[in-house]
Amino acid sequence: MNANEIHDKIKSQFPDAVVEFKPDAVTEPYIVVRPELIREISQFISADPDLKFDYLMSLSGVDFNDGNLGVVYHLFSIEKRHRIVIKVRVPKDKSELPSVESVWKTANWHEREVFDLFGIVFQGHPDMRRILLPDDWEGYPLRKDYKVQEYYRGLKVPY
Amino acid sequence: MAELRTEEMVLNMGPQHPSTHGVLRVELVVDGEVVVDAVPHIGYLHRCFEKHAESLNYQQIVPYCDRMDYLASMNNDHAYVLGVERLLNIQVPERVEYIRVIMAELQRIASHLVAIGTYGLDIGAFTPFLYCFRDREMILDLFETTCGARLLYNYMWPGGLSHDLPPGFIEKTKAFIKHFRPTIKELNDLLSFNEIFVKRTADVGVLPADIAVNYAASGPMLRGSGVKWDLRKDEPYSVYHKFDWDVIVGAGEVGTLGDCWDRYMVRVREMEQSLRIIEQALDTLPEGDVQAAIPKRIRPPVGEVYVRSETPRGELGYYIISDGGQKPFRVKGRAPSFVNLSLLPEISRGYLIADMIAIIGSIDIVLGDSDR
Amino acid sequence: MHNFITYYLGSGFWGSLVSSVLPLVYIMPYALVTMWLELKISAHMQDRLGPMRTGKWHGWAQPLADVTKLLQKEDIIPTAADKVLYLLAPALVFVGSYAAYAAIPFSPAYIGSDINLGIFYIVAVSALVVLGILMAGWSSNNKWSLLGAMRTAAQLVSYEIPSSLAILAVVMVVGSFNLNDVCAAQSGWFWNWFVFGKFPFLFITFIIYFIASLAETNRAPFDIPEAESELVAGYHTEYSGMRFAFFYLAEYANMFVVAAVASVLFFGGWNSPFGAYLSGPVWGAFWLISKGMVLVFIQIWLRWTLPRFRVDQLMYLSWKILTPFALINIFAVGLWVVLRG
Repeated sequence: MNANEIHDKIKSQFPDAVVEFKPDAVTEPYIVVRPELIREISQFISADPDLKFDYLMSLSGVDFNDGNLGVVYHLFSIEKRHRIVIKVRVPKDKSELPSVESVWKTANWHEREVFDLFGIVFQGHPDMRRILLPDDWEGYPLRKDYKVQEYYRGLKVPY
Repeated sequence: MAELRTEEMVLNMGPQHPSTHGVLRVELVVDGEVVVDAVPHIGYLHRCFEKHAESLNYQQIVPYCDRMDYLASMNNDHAYVLGVERLLNIQVPERVEYIRVIMAELQRIASHLVAIGTYGLDIGAFTPFLYCFRDREMILDLFETTCGARLLYNYMWPGGLSHDLPPGFIEKTKAFIKHFRPTIKELNDLLSFNEIFVKRTADVGVLPADIAVNYAASGPMLRGSGVKWDLRKDEPYSVYHKFDWDVIVGAGEVGTLGDCWDRYMVRVREMEQSLRIIEQALDTLPEGDVQAAIPKRIRPPVGEVYVRSETPRGELGYYIISDGGQKPFRVKGRAPSFVNLSLLPEISRGYLIADMIAIIGSIDIVLGDSDR
Repeated sequence: MHNFITYYLGSGFWGSLVSSVLPLVYIMPYALVTMWLELKISAHMQDRLGPMRTGKWHGWAQPLADVTKLLQKEDIIPTAADKVLYLLAPALVFVGSYAAYAAIPFSPAYIGSDINLGIFYIVAVSALVVLGILMAGWSSNNKWSLLGAMRTAAQLVSYEIPSSLAILAVVMVVGSFNLNDVCAAQSGWFWNWFVFGKFPFLFITFIIYFIASLAETNRAPFDIPEAESELVAGYHTEYSGMRFAFFYLAEYANMFVVAAVASVLFFGGWNSPFGAYLSGPVWGAFWLISKGMVLVFIQIWLRWTLPRFRVDQLMYLSWKILTPFALINIFAVGLWVVLRG
């Protein structure tokens, strides 16, 4: 299946979910969907016999630097050998969206990492803790407006 | 006996522990020696790769990629430069691709040798470890003659290579292959089919294929569970489609499909396949310039790419977003160790502490890779 | 004349003192030599050279340097440790190994204490080691140490059964617990040694004893009490310096005890392999030590070849394979002894 067909398939199931579809993007087409529906969409595309997206290659956080944060899902189907990129955008001041951990277990650590570095909270995630940084670190380093903290436990941070 | 109550104990394995392959800390909840739960804690080797990458230009990121999975630097670079080239939409000369494949496969052997050797060490066999390192040393010598470095090469650049092959490289590599083939057999005799080794690793840490896919495991971890999936074959990049070789999958030969032994054996057998690829690549190596396509200043068009390649540990992905400037807007590394390690709690419950070591070893993690 | 020292000095204070210190004169150089051998043997098995610099010739002084370093190191006692037990444990472990030397007949003219129940005494006194290791593991107040100690206790207690049963088979053949009698029963050429002379019964016994003794000395493939890749260092994780050296020394001393017992029980002890040639008090010591060292070499060889068992597999081997075999073997030997009259 190519990206257009995948898009049509999602569109037919969730008529108002797709915010943007860009079939002519550089290197790969992508679909932007509404964040609150991401879990339902995930469940659908992982279970649908024509789509069978069983392999979540990567889940990345992005700071678009326009007041929005985003999460990008790179999906692949080992069985059907097709891939798609799904994106969601959430406003920086209210960065929450449902977790897809129940659909693809691999999202567990990826979502923790996104939470750690971008501060996006995934609702329904079983273990929303920082993963790479210390538990008591302040701020979310990969946000574009991140300012490093002065002191961490009495140690001067910017050296 | 009914009143006899046992209490669970929390045991901190690592970050300073001989068998956690670096600074991994696993919080074990044990009942006697039986592991009830295992919670991995990572991040002790976090070096802010992604943050660094946002303030460097595209060429400068290559050395940082070297340092992610420091046992497979060539493979890391390979994935990254593929991504940048795809973003730039440039074609590199064929010779470059051939040399990249040769280097990547040599690196794969070197990395697998470390994995196999240290795995033997985890199980208590000291000697194979040194045999593996002896042979790995020869590969590192080959790298040293090529680019001067033994661990972190900065060899593959977007659009080309830092150096062409030195004179005599082909002969030396062929001599290495001639030496190395019999030592794989020796390794199998000494370790792989050793009765105790098989007893220790068969039926331990069984990972069923559906769980492996759901956790997006990759590399030997996934193939050990019987899923025939290798990016070099199924999504060929570089010039892998030109060579004749087989994808190795586990078959549950000595135990259950997807146990530690299967994962281990996939690595051993993959080394033979890598030798086949290298031999073919050396025989058909085209002439040409390896630096012709290297751009002076890289300004990819606005866009993004997710590129993935098969490193010794599995699928290494780079998600690169360009805003049209000299520096990438965002670089995300999808590290195979990171994803594979997240499986650890799933496959280690109910086994003994000694099995825990076998399981961690069979995942073959590099903490530099998982922490970035 | 079973002990030339008490023969000359009498069995009073001085005789006993010299007698009891004499094994130490042997153990120290033996341990150093074996340490060096282990370094070199393992190195050559692994395609490397091992120590080459210390003391110029093939690093012969490496163990000396190691021991000197250990002696100089700070003796660290963890704050939370149970101090009395912690300090006592290494001594007890060493005492357990050392006391066994009293009943080993080094030569026809020297046995520390020529007691009737010699072999029984060795088995009994070796059990002290378990106590010492348990104390070390418990008192360190470290979870790894504790796990190591628990493993050791389970392992040593389990393997004492097949090893004792194996010893019992020899005792049945000889009709005595005294090790000098055991040696004397194997005099003559080497085909009189029990391992060859009473083939196949005592050959099987020897295999059982040797495997069990490997486990009793915590050597690979049974080194799970200190399994460095699992338990960091097992029961001696917290020990440093001199006290660590004691554990180390005790391990090497123990290796020789089991090797010497095996050579006495199965390889003729101080008997020369060539009948009356090259025999005598001094040659006797030479033969016993040589035979012991060959067995020690085999222990080292196995260690650098084999991976390590898992705890449950170790127990399985002891209780379900070695012990039944040893029992059947004892029955067969008994039957054979009775039938032969």
